[in-house]
Formats: sequence, C-alpha cells, structure tokens
Amino acid sequence: MSPHRLHGPPWPDPIVEVRAARHAYGQRVAVDGVSFTAREGEFVGLLGPNGAGKSTLIRLVAGLLSPSAGTVRLAGFDPHAAPRRLVARLCALVPQEPRLDWPFTVREVVMMGRSAHQGLLGVAGRDDLGAVEGALTACDLVHLAGRRVTALSGGERRRVFFARALAQEPRVLLLDEPTAFLDLAHQVAAMEMARLAARGGLCVVAVLHDLNLAAAACDRLVAMRAGRVVAEGPPGEVLTEERVRDVWGVPVWRGENGATGATVVLPNVGSHAR
Amino acid sequence: MTRLRRSRLTLALGLGLLAIVAAVGVSCLLGPQPISLRAALDGVEPDRAILFGLRLPRAALAAVVGFALAAAGTALQALLRNPLAEPFVLGVSGGAALGGTLVMLAAAGLSAVAGPAGALLGSAPPVAAGAVAGAVLSTFLVFGLGRIGGRLVPEAALLVGIVFNAFVAGVITLLKMLAPPDQAARLLYWLMGAIGYESPATLAAGTVLVLLSVGTLGLLSARLNLLTLGDEEAASLGVDVKRTRALVFFAASAATGAAVALAGMVGFVGLIVPHLVRRLVGPDHRLLLPASALFGAAFLVGADALARLAFLPLGTEPPVGAVTAFLGGPFFLWLLRRQAREHDEATT
Repeated sequence: MSPHRLHGPPWPDPIVEVRAARHAYGQRVAVDGVSFTAREGEFVGLLGPNGAGKSTLIRLVAGLLSPSAGTVRLAGFDPHAAPRRLVARLCALVPQEPRLDWPFTVREVVMMGRSAHQGLLGVAGRDDLGAVEGALTACDLVHLAGRRVTALSGGERRRVFFARALAQEPRVLLLDEPTAFLDLAHQVAAMEMARLAARGGLCVVAVLHDLNLAAAACDRLVAMRAGRVVAEGPPGEVLTEERVRDVWGVPVWRGENGATGATVVLPNVGSHAR
Repeated sequence: MTRLRRSRLTLALGLGLLAIVAAVGVSCLLGPQPISLRAALDGVEPDRAILFGLRLPRAALAAVVGFALAAAGTALQALLRNPLAEPFVLGVSGGAALGGTLVMLAAAGLSAVAGPAGALLGSAPPVAAGAVAGAVLSTFLVFGLGRIGGRLVPEAALLVGIVFNAFVAGVITLLKMLAPPDQAARLLYWLMGAIGYESPATLAAGTVLVLLSVGTLGLLSARLNLLTLGDEEAASLGVDVKRTRALVFFAASAATGAAVALAGMVGFVGLIVPHLVRRLVGPDHRLLLPASALFGAAFLVGADALARLAFLPLGTEPPVGAVTAFLGGPFFLWLLRRQAREHDEATT
C-alpha cells in the first residue's frame, strides 16, 4: 500500500483497475479482454507495436471510450459514466499531438487544466493561480508564460501540455507517447518529469515506443500485442530477447547499462537471422 | 480571472460600447435630411420624427442584428476550430431564410382559404419562429454531414455549408415563383438583407431573443475555449462535450435565426468582426465573445449608414447585405489563402 493513501480521500488501491475489457472501432477489435492495474506512486510504461491497443487502453481509463465488455474503474468510478468534471479531477490525459489552432498564451493553456476545479466562467481563485504557478515552475516554463503556444517549439509545447496536466492536480496521469517527435535531450527531460510526478505520488501511465527509455525510467512495463497484454513486470523481466522478438518481430541483443544497471535492448540490424 | 484579464475585459467592452455610440451617432445625424440633435430633443418637427421615428429605430435594428451575427460567428468558429466559420458561410442563415420563407408561403396559402388565420401566421412572430427553426435544423444538418468517420472535419463542414447555401438559394427561388405577387415582393425585400423599419414590438421581441441566446453563449464562453482544443481534450479537461456543443449550436442558431428574421440574409459580419476583435483581445472567448458582439453591433450600424449614404446622389440605397458581402467576400478569400499558406508552412 502506498504511503500517499494517508493523504486525501481513501482511493481504492490500485487506483486504476481494468478487468477483461474489450473495445472495437466498428469491426476492428482494438482491445480484447485486457486486464490492467496501476497504483499511485507508480510509473507504468505501456509498450507494444503499432495497433496493439495501447492508446485505446488509456482512453478507456480516461473514460473517453467505453468498454463493450469487461469493466474499467478509476478510483472506484466508471470513468465513462461518471460526470466529466469528476473524472477530470482524478485523471489527466496528455494527448500525443495536442491541438493548437488558436494563439492562447502558455499561461492560458495551463490555466485550462483548472477548468474542472472552477465555476462555469472559469474565474481563477487562489488555488488555481497557485496550481498554475507550480506547474509552470515544475516544467521550467515560467519564462515562457506570456508567449503564444503557436510560437513555441515542439519540445516546449509538450512541456506546456504536461504542465496543464499537472495543474489539473489529478491522481492519475496518462501520457500518450510523451517522447514522440522530440530530440534525445527533450525525450529524457519528458521521462524525468513523468518519473518525478510518480515519485510525487501520482499514478503515471505512459504509452511508449522507445524500449530503452521505458526500461530506464519506468517502475513496471506492460507489453501489449494485437489487443492483448502479453507480459508485465519489472523492465528486466519483460524485455527479454525472446519476448521482444515475439512481440515486435525484431531480433535484439539484450544487455545492461553499465552506469545505471537498466536493461538495454538493441536491434540486430544487418543480421537477418531470426 | 486575474486582475489583468478583468481590466482587459473592461477595456474591450468599453471600446465596443464606445464604437456603438459613435456608429449610432453618425447613423442618426447623417442623411439626406440634415437634422439637429438639439431640435430633435426639444421636440421640434420634423427633426424629432426623423430621429426617433426613423433613424434611431433603424440603427437599433442594425445593432441588434450585428450583435447577434458576430456572437454567433465567434461561437461557430470555436466549434469548428476554424476562423472561416460564419452563420452565412455555413448555411445557417440560408436555413433560417428557408424556414421563414416556408412560413410566409404557408400563410399566403392559408389566407386564400381562411383570411384572418393566414394573416396571423404571416405576422412577424411565426415567421421568426420559422427562421429560428430553420437555423437550428440547418446547423445540425451541416455539422452532422461535416462528420466523417465520427470526427468533425472543419473543411468538410464548411463545404457542406457552402453547398447547402446554394441549394437553399435555389429552393427559395423556386418557392418565390409559387408565391402570390405581393408576397413575392415582401419575400424578396426581406431576403436581400436590408435593415428596414420594424415595429417596436417586433424589434423588442427580436432583441430579447438575441440577448437570451448571446447571453447563453457568454455563459458557455469558458467552455468554448476548451472546445477549441478538440473533443477529446475538452472531455479530458472536464467538459461534457455533447451537451455543451448542443447548447452552443442551439444558442448560435437562435441568434442567427432572430437576426435573419429581423433583417434577412446579411453575410460575413460573423467572419470579419471576430477576426479583427481576436487581434485586439486574443483568443479567450470570455473576452472575445462579448467584445465581438459589441463590435459587431457597431460594425453593422456603420455598414448600414454607409449603404444609406454612399448612393445618396443617385437617390437610392443598396441593402446592407450587399455592403457586407462586398467587404466580406474578399475578406473570406484573404483569410482562406492565409490559412492555407500557414498550413502549408506548418506541414513542410
């Protein structure tokens, strides 16, 4: 049991609980009988090839989709049926490619994370201002607070949307490919922020494609393929040569980072041996 | 809302009100018959009759219509996440015109059988109700057909609106042929988008409907900010997307329907005004929506004064819809090309 349960309302543990969930987009079954749990204070990486059902799974947890079979529970609530405001206070989702059609300032975008805590007209109270300042500071955005989001670089934008999710003050943070399209330094920074959020007591679940970043940063990995969970556990147990070949169809060399002890897998590019 | 934002709100709304006062002043004092404000206030005829009987009601009508159209345009742009959205471009005005036309024709048909009942149906309130119903139905139709694979595609919705507009124009032309000559003349005058002279009761009823619907949009303005981010993000930030969007649809359609009932098809106000006001106050709809509504009122009063005065030597005046189309058509193309260029730059 996590020590964070001593603070705030007594959430069920694990806070995210998916049982035998199934979801199909028309004829195409995206998630088929998936069971998945995540706890507060834990950083879980969701891995798998394209089309494995990772994004569908986090959308089920966020209540944006409903399962056609099985159950999804977020802090004990059915997130698809519960009022959106309640769900938004429990769970924040950072989408892969956030929309930026209007030139809002960084501070305005981060303040939008407070909507579920505010009244109809979104008048900011002291709590809201404090949460926004905290999120801006945590994501190193204070100097950019007055800038228009449409004028930012890709890495800066990611930080803005991460800050918005932090300002939301959720218990569960869902990240859909937080490192996509970022350079190495920004990828590492994104993973560090996610890790820090988990150390701060949040339940963080991230869809990830980079196996080595996932192995280095996550407490636990869940591997999916064709709508099913095929493995879960500590990174070293999930990322075996055999499993990576099974799940991704790529032969790899598996080793260990000499500096940190983290599991490392490298594709055997050039050798076509299977 | 921070203190900074509150002062910006006060400034934007103050400027908007000031613009309305200036436009109404110009509109009331200028005309073929010069009048003196002092004489009119002192009750000297004909100055008093011209000011209070003709020019002020006409300016008030233009203000209400501009207020409604600019607010509706702002809201539709937020929903479509595209600055090209506008009640006229999206076919909402066309739907309202069709609704009103159908009621008028039904009234003409009814009066052939039962005179008083027909006259009652042909009076302002039922025609306005028809216009509002037409606006609501066409909004749902255009946004419904603009969904492809369950997702709203802004470009598709815009195209659907433009095609729907052309379709409605054809239907109205056909219907006009069926109408008796006196009804056809009334219809023609109404549809061309002229700010005319409505009875005080009609003007008051229209104003109430516009204030109610724009007020609803104002209450939803913080939600509109979130809807500009996309459905999924708005939902994950705590917005009940379906319900909110239906409310916005309904309020924007009602405002458009009331505007069309009062003045016919006046296009592009909801395109030009929100775009310029956005440059002034930024994209936050809590500022943008009320400021756009006020500047929209000032804009249409000014455009109507221009229509009234520009052709004075010829002894004639075009409907204000012609003036806004003259300004709005090129503006739409400029926005379209700029947007396409930005999109091009963003993807290459």
